[in-house]
Amino acid sequence: MSLSGITTRQLALHLAVIAALFLLQFVLPAYHHGIFARVMTLAVFAMGYNLLFGYTGLLSLGHAMFFAAGLYGAGLTVYHLGWNVPAAFAFGIACGAALGLGIGVLALRTAGVAFMIVTMMFGQVAYLLILWFGDWTRGEEGLTLTAAQRQVGGLVLTDPTTRYFLAFALFSIVLLLTLAVVRAPFGRVLVAIRENEERTRMLGYDTFANKLGVFVLSGTVCAAAGAAYALLFGYFGAGFAATAYSILPLLWVLVGGAATVLGPLIGTLIMFYMIDLSNDLLNARFPDWDLSYLGIVGVALVLLILFFPKGLLGTIRERWAPWLP
Amino acid sequence: MGTGPYLLLASLEGLVTAAALALTALGLSLVFGVMRVVNVAHGEFYMLGAVLAWAVTTAVSGHPALGFLAALVISPLVVGAVALASERLVLRRLNYNPEATIVTTIGLLYILQQAALTFYGPEARPVVAPFSFRIQLPWFGYSAYKLAVIGASILLLLATWFVLTRTRIGLVMRATQYDRETATAFGIPVDRVYAGVFALGAMLAAVAAVLVVPIQQAHYLMGHDPLLLSFIVVIIGGLGSLRGTVAAALLIGLSDGILSVFFSPTLAKIVATSAVALVLVFRPQGLFGQAPR
Repeated sequence: MSLSGITTRQLALHLAVIAALFLLQFVLPAYHHGIFARVMTLAVFAMGYNLLFGYTGLLSLGHAMFFAAGLYGAGLTVYHLGWNVPAAFAFGIACGAALGLGIGVLALRTAGVAFMIVTMMFGQVAYLLILWFGDWTRGEEGLTLTAAQRQVGGLVLTDPTTRYFLAFALFSIVLLLTLAVVRAPFGRVLVAIRENEERTRMLGYDTFANKLGVFVLSGTVCAAAGAAYALLFGYFGAGFAATAYSILPLLWVLVGGAATVLGPLIGTLIMFYMIDLSNDLLNARFPDWDLSYLGIVGVALVLLILFFPKGLLGTIRERWAPWLP
Repeated sequence: MGTGPYLLLASLEGLVTAAALALTALGLSLVFGVMRVVNVAHGEFYMLGAVLAWAVTTAVSGHPALGFLAALVISPLVVGAVALASERLVLRRLNYNPEATIVTTIGLLYILQQAALTFYGPEARPVVAPFSFRIQLPWFGYSAYKLAVIGASILLLLATWFVLTRTRIGLVMRATQYDRETATAFGIPVDRVYAGVFALGAMLAAVAAVLVVPIQQAHYLMGHDPLLLSFIVVIIGGLGSLRGTVAAALLIGLSDGILSVFFSPTLAKIVATSAVALVLVFRPQGLFGQAPR
C-alpha cells in the first residue's frame, strides 16, 4: 500500500496506459492520430460522467449541458470577446463548475427516476437556451474558430501534434485525478452511497454534501472536456448539447465498465471505432439503408443491458482482477 | 385589429395540441403508473404511428377518408404489436428495474428511429386529411378537421375512462397499480397485465399520431416533442390520474399555443420544461405520485 490507498500495481497500470498513449502518437497513421486526439478528449467527458453514474450510482440524462457549458464558455469568449486560449479554457471550466453547483443543489433533492427526469429536463432547457440565443450561438449551425484565434504562445492548436499532445495532457491529468478521487476516503463514501444511501447516512456521513461534491466535480470535468473540444477542434454547435450527447457518455461508460477508472477510455475508443468502421462497412453493403449512428447505438445499448451489464473492465474485474480500481 | 383574433386562433391551436397531448400522455402515464417504469421510447411509438398512417393512406386508393379510417385501425394495432414484442423480449427479462429499463428504452428509441429512417426515409411527408372544409368563425375560417381531432380525442378519452373504471380489465389494471404483490396473491396474472398495459400505452400514442399527422406531416424525428411534452403533462398531472392528465394537457397545450403565437415556440418550451423540472424538485412526491421504488 502506498499513499492515499493506491497500490503500486494500480499506479503502475495507469502510468503504463499513459505511457502507451504518449508513445502511440509517434507510430499512429495520420487518420488514426486524429481520431485518438478526439477520443481522448471525449473520454474525459466519459470519465466525468463515470464519477457520478459509475461510482455514485446517480444516472443523469442531461450531462450534455455540462459538456456544452465548457464548449460555449470557452468558444463564445474566444469568438465574441477575443479572449486568449488559456483564459477561455479556464472560463469554460468555471462555467461547468457553477452550472454543476446550481443544477446539483436542485436536482439532488430528488432521487431515482425523478432524478433522471429532472436532469433530462434541465439538459433540454440548456439546449433550448442555446437555440434561443441564436444571435450569439448560431444555433444548430454553430460557429467555427479560426486558426488565428486558436494560438497560445508559440503553439498553434490546428497542428495535429500539438492537438494530440494537449488532449493527451488533459486526459492524463483527469485519469490520475479520477484514480486519486476514487481511492480516497471521499471516493469510498461515494461507493457507499451507491450501495446503500440510508446506511451511509446512519453511519454519520452527510450524503447530500458528498453527492453535491461529486456532482460539481463531474460537471467540472465534463466542462473541461467541452472547453478542450471547442478550442482543439475549433467548432461548437447546439448539436453537442442535444439529448444524444447526454446518452453517449452513458453508453461509453457502460461499454467500458461503470465504476472502473479505465473503462471510459476503453468504451469511448471501442464505440468510436465501431461507429466509424461499421458505418463504412454497412453503408458499402446496404447503400440505400441510410444507416447512421442511431441503429448501432440503439442495438449496443439494448444488448449491453441484457447480456453484458458490467461492461468490459467490470467483467474482467469480476472474473480475474479484483484489484482493478 | 386587436388581439382578439390572435387569442382565439392561439386557443384553438392550443386545444388541438392539448387533444393529441392528452392521449399521448395518458399512454405514458398508464405505463408509469401500473408498471413503475419510464418509457423513453414513447415518443417513437407516436412517430411510428404517424409513419404507418402515411404508409397505409398511400397504399389505400379511393377517397382519402377510406385510407384514413384504415390507418386509424391498422397503425395502432401494428404499434401495439411492436410494443408487445419489445416488452416480452427485453423489458420482462430486466425484471422492470427502473435504471435498466430507462437505458433499454433509450436503445429502443434509437432502433425505432433507425428503422424509420431506413424503411421510410429522411423526408417529411404529408397525409391528406379525410375531409377538408372550413368552418367560418367570427374573424377567420378554421379547419373543420382540427375541430374533429378535438372531438375524437374527447371520445377516446371517455372510452379509456370507461374501460379503466367500469370494466373488469380496468379493475385488474388498477389492482396491479395499487399493490402488485396482493394482486398476484389474488390470482391476477400481473405479468400479462404488464404486457397489455405497455401495448395499450403505445397504442394510445399511435392513435394520437394518426389524428395529428394530417396537420403535422410524418417524419422520423417527430417523436421528440411529444415525448418531452408528455413527460411534462404526466409530472404536472400526477401519474395514473386520468383527470389530472387531461387537465395538465389542457394547461400545457393552451399555454404552449398562446406563448407560441405571441412569443416563440422555443420560449414556450423553455418555460414549460423549466417549470416542470422545478415542480419535480420541490414537489417530488406530490406530483410524481408515490416514491419510485
